[in-house]
Parts: sequence; structure tokens; C-alpha cells
Amino acid sequence: MGDVARGLTPPNHPEEVRSGIAVAKDRRQTKSKYTADRNIPGAFEGETVTRRRFMTTTTHAAGAIAASAFALPALGFALGPVFEKVERRWEAVGPTSDFGPDTYVPKVFTETYGIGDVGKTTVYVRQHNEEIDGPQKDEYDAYIAISTKCMHLGCPVRFVPASERFICPCHGGVYDFQGKRTGGPPVRPLDRFYTRVRDGQVEIGPRFSVNSELRRFSPRYPGEPLDGIGQYLYPSRPTARKL
Amino acid sequence: MKLKLPAPPLPPSFKPQPRRPGEKELGPAGTAKEAGISAVDWLDERTSLSGAARWMMFRKVPKGTNWFYTLGSATMFAFLSQAVTGVFLAMYYRPSAAEAYESVRYITNEAFLGEFVRGMHKWGSTVMVILVFLHMGRTYFFGAYKYPRELNWVVGAVLLVLTMLMSFTGYLLPFDQKSYWATIVGVNINGTGPLVGPYLNDFLLAGPDFGATTLSRFYAIHMMLVPGLIAALIGAHLYLVAKLGTTAPPWLKAEKDPELRKESA
Repeated sequence: MGDVARGLTPPNHPEEVRSGIAVAKDRRQTKSKYTADRNIPGAFEGETVTRRRFMTTTTHAAGAIAASAFALPALGFALGPVFEKVERRWEAVGPTSDFGPDTYVPKVFTETYGIGDVGKTTVYVRQHNEEIDGPQKDEYDAYIAISTKCMHLGCPVRFVPASERFICPCHGGVYDFQGKRTGGPPVRPLDRFYTRVRDGQVEIGPRFSVNSELRRFSPRYPGEPLDGIGQYLYPSRPTARKL
Repeated sequence: MKLKLPAPPLPPSFKPQPRRPGEKELGPAGTAKEAGISAVDWLDERTSLSGAARWMMFRKVPKGTNWFYTLGSATMFAFLSQAVTGVFLAMYYRPSAAEAYESVRYITNEAFLGEFVRGMHKWGSTVMVILVFLHMGRTYFFGAYKYPRELNWVVGAVLLVLTMLMSFTGYLLPFDQKSYWATIVGVNINGTGPLVGPYLNDFLLAGPDFGATTLSRFYAIHMMLVPGLIAALIGAHLYLVAKLGTTAPPWLKAEKDPELRKESA
């Protein structure tokens, strides 16, 4: 059989062939890709991969396929929520007459559905005040809705009307009337919600984050600064965009 | 009888005597003893576990070994206590936002011994963290992390991180105001890591906010994922301890007499 193979494919080292029998002292030094030329016992004509190596590779591949058959779906199952788009509903919090331009009115609305009272949150709402806020940016800016999530680590802040400050009970974060940080550890102003007026009712929409100049950004977690390179260091969810 | 255990250091009169010639009757106690030994032999013949048990249990320990060397075992027993009490708490606990607090209230106030088992788990977690640090301190100050035991230090450091992860995920489960806000703060600390932090938060919370599946996700991590990893790594940790042996305390000096240090062929 070795002779036949050599008849078809001349060995690379003819000096090793003596009277028709290949004498390869060291298999690794034989360059031929054919197993027959490498003097491997039981080699077939034209065979380049030994059956032992083929079986080993096949077994490993079968094991890898079997393992990924349960590991990959499980991983996707656990990581899925990262890429899932969460729909935000507009929710009415009261008639326009409830809100003045000079102080905040606390309102409770459901930010996360399906978990009962845990999904409810307080929001501070007031009318847009041109003296403080400057000209109205767009249709979602007629009412200012400030989130109570402290931008240090997410504790609930409280508006104190006497000092016109938002104050966080956990680590002493203080924000001014516009929600800009004036003291303590928070890294950016308080988040806001888009607002609109429908049928005389003020409606609260999706949340957005702001930097220290109150420029709008897609929502971020607390503790993530948005000034400078912050917006690149702390990307928002791929599916969460500002309106 | 193939199984050979080291003989306990008993005074000669208490040592088992060989049977006298001609004495054949074993009596009930003797028969029971023989049956026990043959059962163990049967198992050992098919598993060869006695060698592994001897290798693990009857190790040589260096001179000067003292009570500080028990801190690792103490940590392991704290973990076992957490595992056992945790399994029984899981029989009553319901990991949903609407029912979690009520089920914990039921365990504490109504279930028989519920307050005791929950107390074991709650205070045991603190005990385990303290023991982990004492064990780590012992290893550090005795220099027991040095060659060839570096890998065991690394395994131990991973176990420390996993223990902290257990504390963090377990803190949410009672689902009262304290655990809710502590988890919000903890998750947001996690989010301050640049680039990966926000995605890690999305993974932990199963969405952009604390949602319907956050609690069950924490519960699954707390009672299945991390305990399995901890148990496997404790096995690796113990294997390395048995394989490499323990160290002598640092105040024990090498023998001065050069004769004693001479290598024997």
C-alpha cells in the first residue's frame, strides 16, 4: 500500500527510500501531508489526517456543541434584559391648574409596572419658569418634572420648600431649585422626565439625564457623571434614547 | 481486614486483644463489629476511598501548629451552616416583590423555629465574613501565602469575593425598606465602574430599573449560582491544603544543630 501511495505522490525525501521501503527515522521530520508518506501504520492512500486524530477532533467538537447547546441559550437568557427595549407610558399626574411656576408639587406615579407599590415613585412637578429656566426648549418643556432619585447612589431626595433645596437623606447630597448640585457627593443634576399636556392634564413620560448645563442625555444610572468624557465612559442602554 | 487506621493511643489493658486459639464464638457485639468492618471493606474494595481518606485526614502537621490554624475549618463550618439553614429557609421563602416580605414575616413570626433558623442564617452570615477575614489575616501574618501556596491564596481571594457577593445578594431578600435601598445603593456603586458598570447594572437589575424579575434574579444568584461556585472552590482550596501541607508559625526557627539539617539519603 505504501508503494502505491508513493507511486502517486513522490516522497519529499527520496534518499530515505531504499528498495521500495520508506525509512523515516523521525516522523516529525517528514514534510509530506500524506499519512502514508509519514510511515504511519494502517495509512490509507491519499489520507492526510490520521483516523485517531480525526476521532479525537470529532469527539471534542461534539462535546463543545453539546455544551454550547445549553450554555449559550442560558447566557442569552440572563443577558437578554440588557438589550431589551422597555416601553415607557405617559401617565397623567393632575390638571395644569395644580402646578405653579414658583414651587414644586410632589406627585406619585408608576415608573415600573408589574411590581405593585415597589414600582411607584415620587416626582416633583412645576410649571416652566422663564426667569429661572430661560426660554422653553420644546413641547416637552412646558412643565418641569424632577426625579427624586439622588444622583449620588440613587436614594430618594426630598424637596424642602423653606430652603428651596432638594436634600438626600443618605449621604448629604444637596441640589438647588433647578436640581443642580450645590453640595455633597452627587456627580450631576437630578434627572428629569419629559412632560406634555393632554386634555388639560399634565402627563409624565420617559426619564432623561442632564449634565451640569442641563443639556439632555439618554437616561443614565446615578453616580455616572455626564460632563467631559463622562457621557462616553458611562454609555446608556442601547435601547434607551432621548425623545 | 484490609482497612488499616492508625491505632488510638490507649493503655495496653484497653487495646483489643487477639482472639485466643480455640475461641470461636464472636458473640452479638463481635458479629456487629465484624459486619461493620466487612461493610466498610466492601465499599473500599470497590472505591479505594480509604487511601484518599487517609491522605486527607492523617496528614503530618508542622511543630507549633496552634488554634489559629482552625480558622479555615471554622469558616467552612460557617458556610455549611449557611447552606443548611438556607435550604430550609428556601422552603418558606417566595422570591416575588409582592410576596417576599410577607413570606419572611411568616418565617420570623409563625413558622415553628423559623425565627431561630432565620437568625442562624442572618447572624451566621456576619460570623462567616468575620471568620473569612480572620483566616485571611492568619494566612498573611504567618506568611502562609508564599511559595508554593500562591495559588491557594488566589483561590481564597476568589472565595472572599464570592462571600461578599453572597452578602450583597442575600441582603435584598427580606425585602424591607432597608434591604431595598441598600440594594439600590449597592447596584449604583457597581454602576460607577467605567464602560462596563452600566451594563453590569442592567444585568443585575434585569432591566433599567428595579423591576419584576430583579428579586428572583438576586435569589437565583444567592442560592444556586454562588453557593455552587463556593462549594467547588472550597474543594479545590482543601485539596491544595492537603497536597502542599500547612506551614509552621513564623516564630518557630529552623533547628540550629547542623546534624539535624543534614539530608538523609
